[in-house]
Formats: sequence, structure tokens, C-alpha cells
Amino acid sequence: MRLALLAELNAERAARRAAVVVTDTATGDQRLVKEADVAADPLADLLGAALRSGKSGTVDTPDGPRFLAVQTPPLRVLCLGAVHISQALAPIARVLGHDVIVLDPRTAFATPDRFPDVPVLAEWPDDALPRLGVDRYTAFVALTHDPKIDDPGLIHALKSECFYVGALGSRKTHARRVERLQAAGFSDADIARIRAPIGLPIGAVSPAEIALSIMGEITAALRLSPEKRQAAAAA
Amino acid sequence: MLSTDEDILNSAEAWRRAGKGVAVATVVDTWGSAPRPVGSRLVIDDEGHFLGSVSGGCVEGAVVTEALDVIESGAPKLLEFGVADETAWRVGLSCGGRIAVYVEKVD
Repeated sequence: MRLALLAELNAERAARRAAVVVTDTATGDQRLVKEADVAADPLADLLGAALRSGKSGTVDTPDGPRFLAVQTPPLRVLCLGAVHISQALAPIARVLGHDVIVLDPRTAFATPDRFPDVPVLAEWPDDALPRLGVDRYTAFVALTHDPKIDDPGLIHALKSECFYVGALGSRKTHARRVERLQAAGFSDADIARIRAPIGLPIGAVSPAEIALSIMGEITAALRLSPEKRQAAAAA
Repeated sequence: MLSTDEDILNSAEAWRRAGKGVAVATVVDTWGSAPRPVGSRLVIDDEGHFLGSVSGGCVEGAVVTEALDVIESGAPKLLEFGVADETAWRVGLSCGGRIAVYVEKVD
């Protein structure tokens, strides 16, 4: 691997853009294809399929077998609410290798000393989320318990491709939230994307346990097909 | 400190820029039960320091040894490990799977 290729690959990751390294393991020939260049590539179909699945593997090409190493951007957990649960969720997500951003317009909550290792933004969701870019590699978690803050965040998340949307609150709280989102024009299918009550049912009580159940649910959303998730939930 | 995919390739770049010999090992194929998925990486420097993993720790030692060779020669290697290997008593996967690992120099 040439150093220049490695540097480009690292730069793409830092910019949250996917890329594929195509290697002929018999000769060592190698090239980098950036997400934006896939469509024009001779291997466009194979590269596109690899990017969609996110899985690396060897494929047959007209020139022989090639190993496709797929690099997708680091998954990001976007916590709306700089609350006690977020203080536990942030380090758990970091250990799993995910990027974490904590967002809360309440300046008393959104302080760096409460979140020493992750970026904390004291901003409203309507201001911050368009800039942050809620993409399909993002899990969005609404934890403030305050509709004034959670709702605009959820509205933004539901309009995005993010792979997980969860919102804290009891069934009663969520029923009222559903009514507000319906009034805002969201369909039942849109609203069904929201995991509520949030987290896997592990009997979580403490903020750290709730964080663990949320992180488990995010991991299941990432790794399990919808059918397997349903089977696991019914078990 | 646990290393993420990001740390692994960033370290490979940083080590190379610091003038070290560096190799990247990548799992390119797995058969049966394998501890780490295809695409998993281990980076190795010319003093045998390494970051990441290609198995559950079963074959990393052998990959590091081969990587030192690759750093020396510059020629990539495709390695296979599994319990069926004649080297099974020394290195192999206790889980019964097989893996192929591609080792290349960063130059």
C-alpha cells in the first residue's frame, strides 16, 4: 500500500466519506476509489454493491479476482440532551469505536466538564443538525424529555437517512409525541422508525444501564436484519 | 487503549511518516467460524509493535513475524491459517475456521 493511498484513505474517513480499496492480491496492484467516483468506475456495479452492503470481500472482475476493502465512515451517535444518560452513553459508544456528539441548547447541561472526551454543542437542533449532517451512518438519540428540544431534533432525524432513531419517554409521553408528529405531517411509517420506549428490554434502571440498553439497540439496528430484530424482540 | 479501525490506519500512516517500516495485514477471506470478519486489519511496525487484530489473538504472532519479512522484502504475502494447517500445533484457529490474510508493506 502506497503511503499516498493510505493518507487519502484516512482523509476520506476523516471527512465522513466512504471509499473502497481495490487490490489484486496476486500482484499487489492497488487503487483507491472514492464514493463520488464509483459511478464512473469500470467496476461501478461491484463497487456500488460493496458500498451498500458495507462488507469487504473478493469479487470476480474481467481482469480476475480483486479484493474490495470497504471503508465506511465511523458510525456516529448523536445525543440530543446533555443529560445523565448521555454521560454514560458517550463513553460506551466511544469504546465501540463510534464518534459521539452531544447537543443540548441548555448551557447548564452542555458543558465540556460533564463530557470530557466528546464534542458538546450548546445549540438548538434546528441550528446544529443541518450543519452536522445526519447521514445514514448516524444514530440519533433524543434524551432531553423536553418536546421543545426533542421534537425539532426528531423531525430532522425522520427526514434523514439515519439508521437509528430513538426517543426517551414513557409510553404515555410517546403517545403524545406521536400525536404531535402526526400533526406535523409525518406518516405512521415515518413515526414507526422511532424506537420508543427507547432501548432493549433489559430491565435497565440506572442511567448507565439505560445507556447500555440504548447502545445494545443501536448495535442491533446496525447488525441485525429487521426480521432477526423482531425475532429477538419476541424472544 | 482499545484501538478502532480509525486508529489503526491513522497509526499506520503516522508510523510510516515517522520513518518506521510498516506493514498492513488484512483479513481477505474466511471459511467457517472465524473470529474477525473480512476487512479486519492489523498494522505492524519494523520493531514488531502492532495494533488491531485479524483473529482472536490466535495467529497474530505468526502474522507479525511474516509482516517483518514483508517490510524487509517489500513483496506482499497471502497467508492462510486454519486448524488443517501442518503448523496447527504452533498456530491455528481453535474455533475450527480458516482465514486468509493479505500482508503488504506501506511504502
